Amino acid sequence: MIAIHNVNKWFDEFQVLKDCSTKVDKGEVVVICGPSGSGKSTLIKCVNGLEPFQEGTITVNGVSVGDKQTNLPELRSHIGMVFQNFELFPHMTVLENIGLGQTKVLGREPSEAEARSMKLLERVGLTDQASKHPAQLSGGQQQRVAIARALAMDPIAMLFDEPTSALDPEMINEVLDVMVELAQEGMTMIVVTHEMGFARKVADRVVFMDEGQIVEDDTTDAFFGTPRSDRAQSFLSKILQH
Amino acid sequence: MFEQFDFHVIINAMPILWDGMLITLLLAVVAIVGGIVIGTVLALMRLSRFTPFSLVAGSYVNFFRSMPLILVIFWFYFLVPMATGQALGGLSSVLIAFTLFEAAYYCEIIRAGIQSVTRNQINAGLAVGLSYPQTMRYIVLPQAFRNMVPVFLTQAIVLFQDTSLVYVVGLKDFLTAADLVAVRDNRVVELFITAAVVYLAICLAGSLWVKKLQRKYAL
Repeated sequence: MIAIHNVNKWFDEFQVLKDCSTKVDKGEVVVICGPSGSGKSTLIKCVNGLEPFQEGTITVNGVSVGDKQTNLPELRSHIGMVFQNFELFPHMTVLENIGLGQTKVLGREPSEAEARSMKLLERVGLTDQASKHPAQLSGGQQQRVAIARALAMDPIAMLFDEPTSALDPEMINEVLDVMVELAQEGMTMIVVTHEMGFARKVADRVVFMDEGQIVEDDTTDAFFGTPRSDRAQSFLSKILQH
Repeated sequence: MFEQFDFHVIINAMPILWDGMLITLLLAVVAIVGGIVIGTVLALMRLSRFTPFSLVAGSYVNFFRSMPLILVIFWFYFLVPMATGQALGGLSSVLIAFTLFEAAYYCEIIRAGIQSVTRNQINAGLAVGLSYPQTMRYIVLPQAFRNMVPVFLTQAIVLFQDTSLVYVVGLKDFLTAADLVAVRDNRVVELFITAAVVYLAICLAGSLWVKKLQRKYAL
């Protein structure tokens, strides 16, 4: 469903992505991990065209993201994205946050959008927060609203960009629980994260990146069993020893 | 100086002062609303990646910020009629001059406000499938305007007081009217104190109203 083929990207002189290739099939959950600055977030933002890239191709459901002819807003409306810092719209209520894309992009009637939003809030356990503003919610609650906002568009795939790294430890699980449930329902997901417990539990494959390159791309069992590269081994030993 | 303070002078002057106040308010409201509308367009142009847009808007701002307001008024009152062969008249001249002049300042305020909204917020808007103009309209501008409110207030107060410059083209704004009566009746103390009190009251009321707005729409 998502195919990344020989992608190269430069920020001025600095090459952030080097010849990256991988693919994600329908219903697959792929975790991307690696040290900070390795290009994980940049790669995931290339998938929905938030970051341009200079060489290579990325296709989502057969549509080429880098093609100038591609209707990016249309493409993005089918791909949900969840950000590290939630990025809820602070001037809108929770309900308005979830409803905006539905009414302005999908053209749903406000009443229909609201019904759908309430359903999604129920799913992430936040129905009683519907009329609040994001600043009145905890980080974990905000991130669950952000997931609901993405799901409201009925996406064919979800991108998660370090969804738990800005959260206090006690709130990480409430977000991971929602993501695990989503994965088990068969959602196609690319998740940039350091949560190796999550990767073990639901990921089909793990992609390990370092210095802009995809160093490992393997099934979850193989990755945690016998990572082939020294770099991945030392990364794993560092984050798994606690 | 104050022992002969005569309130009757003020009461008698009310109709003239009120006419002056109408000019002052008309000018202030038109220049604020027009300035914000044109300023928003200029700010979007200035931030545009399309170079001709940003160049035009940048030049506009630099030009008007370099000119004293009074010179801009002279331009529209004296020079534009010479160029077009058609006199604009005092009121039209100052309405146009004030609006165009203020637009340059509002442009810079709005540009700063837009830039105060993070790239990630824009990404979040784009990620749900909004187009760039929609993201501007629903995500960026509402947040930008909230951040700008205090600076808007300062700018509005400065503008409100600057309206007294219209005396140069023979218009009677509030302060000019007060001055006229003061000289005519030889009642400088009464009129100038009244003028100060009125300015103070209006600016104070404006500040309080903005504070209330801010509290209501606090993020």
